[in-house]
Amino acid sequence: MREFFFLFMVIVAGTGGELCVTRAMKVVGEVHDFRPAALVRFVFRAMRVGWMWIGIGMMTLAFFSLLAMLSIENVSLVVPLTALSYAAGATGALLFLHERISPQRWLGVLIVCVGVTLVWLSRR
Amino acid sequence: MKDSPGLHFKTYVLIFLMVLFAPVGNILLSKGMKQIGSAKDWAPADMLPILAKILASPYIWLGIACLLAFFVAYMLVLTWADYSYVQPASAFSYAVVAFLSYFLLGEVVPPLRWAGIAVICLGVLVVGRTPPRTTERI
Repeated sequence: MREFFFLFMVIVAGTGGELCVTRAMKVVGEVHDFRPAALVRFVFRAMRVGWMWIGIGMMTLAFFSLLAMLSIENVSLVVPLTALSYAAGATGALLFLHERISPQRWLGVLIVCVGVTLVWLSRR
Repeated sequence: MKDSPGLHFKTYVLIFLMVLFAPVGNILLSKGMKQIGSAKDWAPADMLPILAKILASPYIWLGIACLLAFFVAYMLVLTWADYSYVQPASAFSYAVVAFLSYFLLGEVVPPLRWAGIAVICLGVLVVGRTPPRTTERI
């Protein structure tokens, strides 16, 4: 039961955090200058966006849930299971970021989910 | 903005860095957590000693450093590519983490798990054949 709880937290908080960070990155804009000083300025610009901090908070929660999972199960099981976030991510990108997701991408996400199911079935 | 060879090149380079750093980070975190061990009943009083051990573990800190490197590459690529493209494309890290767990941690990876990971990678290939950006900036 505790494995389900931690996996749920990894997926929901992790996906929510990534969506918030993505939203912040789209606000900041595309990177054209990859020199170190420019990248540092870019990071500071990103840190001034509220979505970034919400995203970091959610990803921190997901991180500690991942640590809890890794203390219970093997990493070769835990990490592929987190791919369940693909379905949540695609749905969130559609609803929250207003990205257009082509049928081909949905097909890819569906195949990934089948793979995750096989990985889950390999659990002893 | 139109897709260009330069856009694809920098996208692939940063996704390669993500696929490298994320599995290595997860392997280090797993090594650290296996040394620390699991909480007995997950009561709040049991969590503080475990948290102290986590903060004192070099494997955990090295893992965090790798995941931070992953995060920087991830942030950069998301400034021009769709989230729904980048997230699936980075799934090759699942295969890498299985290989590393087998060779470095000695984990037993059953054939069904390898099959599942292969199917995940197939899904990644399907997603990877779509353009990196399908929407304008918000």
